[in-house]
Amino acid sequence: MILKRISIFLTIGLFCLGLTVSPALAFKGAYKVGAVFSVTGRASFLGDPEKKTAEMIAEQINKAGGINGKKLELIVYDTEGDATKANLEVKKLITQDKVSAVIGPSLSGTSLAVVPLAEKYKTPLISCAASYKIVHNDKTGKPYKWVFKTPQTDTMAVEAIYTHMKKHGISKIAIISGTTGFGASGRGELIRLAPKYGITIVADEKYGPKDTDMTAQLTKIKGTSPQAIVNWSIGPTQVTVLRNWRDLGMSDIPFYQSHGFGSRKNIELAAGAAEGVYAPLGGCNIAELLPADNPQKKVTMKYLKDYMAKYHEPLSSFGGHAWDALEMVAKALTHVGGDRAKIRNYLENHIKGFVGQHGVFTYSATDHNGLTKDAFKMVVVKNGDWALAN
Amino acid sequence: MEKITLAGQIFQYLITGLTVGSIYAMVAVGFNIIYNVTEIINFAQGEFVMLGGLIMVFFYAVVKLPLVVAFPATVLLVTLVGILLDRLAIRPIRQPTVLTLIIATIAASILIKGAAMLIWGKDPYDLPAFSGRNAITVFGAVIQPQYFWVIGFLIIVVIALSIFFDRTIVGKAMSACADNPDAASLVGINVQQMILLSFALSAAIGAVAGITVTPISLMEYDRGAMLAVKGFGAAILGGLGSFPGAVLGGLIMGTIESMGAGLISSGYKDAFALIVLLVVLFFKPSGIMGSIEISRIKRF
Repeated sequence: MILKRISIFLTIGLFCLGLTVSPALAFKGAYKVGAVFSVTGRASFLGDPEKKTAEMIAEQINKAGGINGKKLELIVYDTEGDATKANLEVKKLITQDKVSAVIGPSLSGTSLAVVPLAEKYKTPLISCAASYKIVHNDKTGKPYKWVFKTPQTDTMAVEAIYTHMKKHGISKIAIISGTTGFGASGRGELIRLAPKYGITIVADEKYGPKDTDMTAQLTKIKGTSPQAIVNWSIGPTQVTVLRNWRDLGMSDIPFYQSHGFGSRKNIELAAGAAEGVYAPLGGCNIAELLPADNPQKKVTMKYLKDYMAKYHEPLSSFGGHAWDALEMVAKALTHVGGDRAKIRNYLENHIKGFVGQHGVFTYSATDHNGLTKDAFKMVVVKNGDWALAN
Repeated sequence: MEKITLAGQIFQYLITGLTVGSIYAMVAVGFNIIYNVTEIINFAQGEFVMLGGLIMVFFYAVVKLPLVVAFPATVLLVTLVGILLDRLAIRPIRQPTVLTLIIATIAASILIKGAAMLIWGKDPYDLPAFSGRNAITVFGAVIQPQYFWVIGFLIIVVIALSIFFDRTIVGKAMSACADNPDAASLVGINVQQMILLSFALSAAIGAVAGITVTPISLMEYDRGAMLAVKGFGAAILGGLGSFPGAVLGGLIMGTIESMGAGLISSGYKDAFALIVLLVVLFFKPSGIMGSIEISRIKRF
């Protein structure tokens, strides 16, 4: 009899406990955030880690109780790297899904295609693509009102490389670049900024994105005896050019790669040819290498561990751009709620010293990228892995 | 580092050009074998090269078979793909016209490329060089041992093919199909079998090209199309259907590209080869070694 009573009380007690616990997990409404990434298609190496990162962050935030008791609802669409699709999807996010803010797209081309939409519908958009044109209105000379971006620009990478060269007394360089958008844009910045750093360019060579051999270009460079070589490309060609450089016995000419080189896979593919190669990389690429007192150490290490634990694949630095974008939006939502105009104003005026994966961001009315060349660290390949360069 | 002389530079461009040209030549020869027997341009030719490289990576670098086993195994497997291409895409077409067959090969190339992407992913793959990576210096030019393998295999392919076509019954039967398929079938040659054989042969040669070039330039799933374009240009330059022409065309294309990139401007590298192609076609529309008479009786 007593046993029965106890069990009844216990059951009632447990029910009560359940009632008090469950409201804590139930959300009072939701904040909607849209995301457009090139998850499939040619640029899936960008969009895939970005989507995974954004979903991971949303899950973490919601597990911790959401934002101000509201759920963070992430709506992800796949642009397939297509500008038309990106445009339609952003329009849908803004007008039908009624999101508070949009993060993405992944590519400069798709981002430029949706800038007018963000401006027209007055919705904050944080792009994850490289080109400075995304946040620079050529007509007014100022940033677009509603558009921000997280990745570093080519300009910063070039400045980081040139600063390093200057420190080591290099003033005569050869450049070699792929004929892709990335290569052409980097080449333009290399040429534009050279006089500012007192650097002379003695050779300016190019190659196609599917070329099998760059020996001819490098032989020509060898003939001009530069003090250093800078290569600007993405994909397998940046490995082939390294191998040719080593094969031609040019290893005593320092070799600089662009920030597109930031994958350990490239070092592996170079089969030893990458030793001694310099590259400017964001904090996210080199989390383990950062000194403990570096402000980015904590966030990059946490991201690295969480990502590897969840997806069992090596971390790609591109996912870091989505991390920066979504964490900033989440921060804005915490402080000002879901109103689009308030979020925009918060981003512009209150993102100061925000410690992200790719640098410490400070947005202002004149700067919607928020980074400086310090967002890049010069690293050198040593014993088949990255090491901080002097 | 010693300063390189202009002569040394030119020698370097020549060596590089001949190596890249050898690959183009092998692709061009593959085009010609199928063209001669069927009059179609096999747009999946570049895909054979890509498969050759990637399957070799699997056998040699992943399964760790010795080179002498991995090489023929790869060639056999790619040959099988060539045979399947004929059986599944070319032969089932009813009332084949040259155009429908060409479209079928385009479809096959997209399919093969997609399958390779699913199997190997989008990353490029590396293959260790066959005889080390210690370069040899000659007249100030640096030569990779792998270059000799590429050029050597081109020579082997050319010799083997000329023996095959001139000295064997099957080879002669294939040449007969090339000259006149109707007459060939009248004298008892199984034309369908010859078509199958032509696909098998050109797949095998494509595989050899892919295997030898991968240690130099890596290989990834979408490399095939570009190699096919260059190889096709070489075949046209040399004269479509002519084997010496294909080899010559490939070597000329490679050398011009390399010289143009080194001596004039690397940005217009591809343009130089195409300009030479256009000039040759302007003066001799059938290509360097091609014959007008033969090209007249062809449907394409």
